[in-house]
Amino acid sequence: MPAKDATLPKAPVIGRAQIALLEKLSNACGVSGDEGEVRTMVQQEIKPFVDEMRVDALGNLLAVRKAKRAPGLRVMLAAHMDEVGLMIVESDEGGLFRFDTVGGINIRTLPGKPVLAGHDHIPGIIGAKAIHLAEAEELSYAIPVDNLRIDLGPDGSGKARPGDRATFATRFLQTGPTLRGKALDDRIGVTSLIELIKHAPEHLEFQAAFTVQEEVGLRGARVAAYAFDPQFALVLDATPAYDLPMWDDSENTRYNTRLGYGPAIYLADAGTLYPSRLVKFMIETAEQNHIPYQFRQPGGGGTDAGVIHRQRSGVPVVSLSVPARGAHTGIMLARLSDWKQSLALAHAALCRLTPKDIQ
Amino acid sequence: MKALIQKLTQITGPSGHEENVRNLVHAEIQGHCDDIRQDALGNLIAVKGKKSAGGQRVMLAAHMDEIGVIATHIDDNGFVRFAPIGGVYPVNSLYARMRFINGVEGVVGCERLASREINPTIEQLYIDVGAESRRKCPVGVGDMAVFERPFLDLGERVVSKAMDDRVGVAILVETLRQLKNTPNEVIIVFTTQEEVGPRGAQTAAYHVDPDIGISVDVTLCGDLPKGIKMEVALGKGPAIKVRDGGMLSDPRLVDLMVRTARKAKLPYQLEVLEGGTTDAKVMQVSRAGMPAGCLSIPCRYVHSASEMVDMRDVNNAVQMLVALLGSPLKLER
Repeated sequence: MPAKDATLPKAPVIGRAQIALLEKLSNACGVSGDEGEVRTMVQQEIKPFVDEMRVDALGNLLAVRKAKRAPGLRVMLAAHMDEVGLMIVESDEGGLFRFDTVGGINIRTLPGKPVLAGHDHIPGIIGAKAIHLAEAEELSYAIPVDNLRIDLGPDGSGKARPGDRATFATRFLQTGPTLRGKALDDRIGVTSLIELIKHAPEHLEFQAAFTVQEEVGLRGARVAAYAFDPQFALVLDATPAYDLPMWDDSENTRYNTRLGYGPAIYLADAGTLYPSRLVKFMIETAEQNHIPYQFRQPGGGGTDAGVIHRQRSGVPVVSLSVPARGAHTGIMLARLSDWKQSLALAHAALCRLTPKDIQ
Repeated sequence: MKALIQKLTQITGPSGHEENVRNLVHAEIQGHCDDIRQDALGNLIAVKGKKSAGGQRVMLAAHMDEIGVIATHIDDNGFVRFAPIGGVYPVNSLYARMRFINGVEGVVGCERLASREINPTIEQLYIDVGAESRRKCPVGVGDMAVFERPFLDLGERVVSKAMDDRVGVAILVETLRQLKNTPNEVIIVFTTQEEVGPRGAQTAAYHVDPDIGISVDVTLCGDLPKGIKMEVALGKGPAIKVRDGGMLSDPRLVDLMVRTARKAKLPYQLEVLEGGTTDAKVMQVSRAGMPAGCLSIPCRYVHSASEMVDMRDVNNAVQMLVALLGSPLKLER
């Protein structure tokens, strides 16, 4: 057996500390456009490991870990800090607040949910009419957001202002192989990126972008990619899994991804056609390292890659996601093994990446 | 010219997989330009001439990709479910033959519909490649396919899949060959991923950083029985675009193209297209912006397996471009 290459960085692992970090990040509130709470946490985590760190005009956290040896390929890694959520629009009487959604939220999941409003995380609820009082017809449609209110209690009137964000109050929980939380999309990618920075391969110029406003149109990543001008980009995200039985027992042909089948490699989505040579590179990496993988079903949706690959003269991109059920609702559910394997695959791919692979 | 169009349309090149087209074009233009290069998104960039007094750096774009589909799931019985790549419409796809990049062919089938009066959705369609089970299916998730249909020569008019925009590619290949002297720096870009974007032209325009941008692409026709209302007709000359769904052409560039056509005594039409757009849309707003326009080739049955163009429009388009590029591109108010 050949001796291990001494220059290979130690592979990152996901243990108690990393899960605790994901817990902290998932519980933090970072609805699009107001990612400060998450950003501060990330800054503290990565500061000792990076050579440069700055916050750009849109709020992206851009950090560079310089290459220690040639060829110093400029590699951008992106994970978005923002989550879908709510925004206070107007204060009504008696601690009730009208609100709107930020990013794509399934509004049928809103009523009856506890929420946290503003930077002080004021607890409130989105109420719904009790079933005792509801007419049969009312129960047949989704209640329009205009008819819903966030209730912060009788003394809550001054506690929130228009523009304040609110998130679901769901707390992170690990139960055996399962991780659940409100903002795994994409704090799971954020946590992976933090670990990758700590174990960055030395032959790469590591350009980490913790992006903002992904959920409202990939806005942060666009300017981050312009600033970094990378030669290759890897996007770490979470993607919906709908791997459930069909109501009529027919074959489920549109599951997007499945829990427990490993990291999801993208082939094509609404924003990006992934270069097949790079898809092949990821598959080879997974197979060489005995890491399971799956393909995210081609179709709609997308990641920050959609704007990164079109920046300047064009950037070869790869997207890698951890599958999660219940994306863009109050609670998401992912598998620890998928996350571990996704981090392992990302790291292994970066370790063997050479300029030849991206041409 | 007809032979070149036939060669170009019959090869497989859905968005993101333009390699077959790129290789063929590369061979066809070899020796007819000063430099050929390829960028990160797969655009093929050919340079001819140097900018001399009064000349401009002009970028011309025709897209190599065609619409297609991508396999999303192989079911237990070996049927291939798919998603569209670009504007593939279910009604145009029913029982069409499809060819995958790996050579596998199949036919588009449809689930039983609730009534004969309704159109299927793309989710109700599948490709039957003759496989009996998932294990025996020669197609995998992520494999792409395009329409398969033989080239049809009707004399002046020719029919094929992928006429959008291989006819534009053929026109720019022929323009490169015929253009002998130019005071302009002519940069012809055979672009990728137009049908899903336009994406290739966006990064190419950034890279090339031209003074003027012109795309060459197909447009719809208004001369069909109970068809859309539109001025453009097949065989009445190449169409100088005034606007489409994504771009308002620079009026000075429209004027220059009209003047060029008149001077060369070439037929032309003016095009106002209500929907759709071309590579020129992203060229116009690249970097600090540029005057942009488009020379359109009238085409019937766009985004079907049988797109029809008229050879007279095609040849006149080449003549118009050669005349346009042969003199300094002077935009006047």
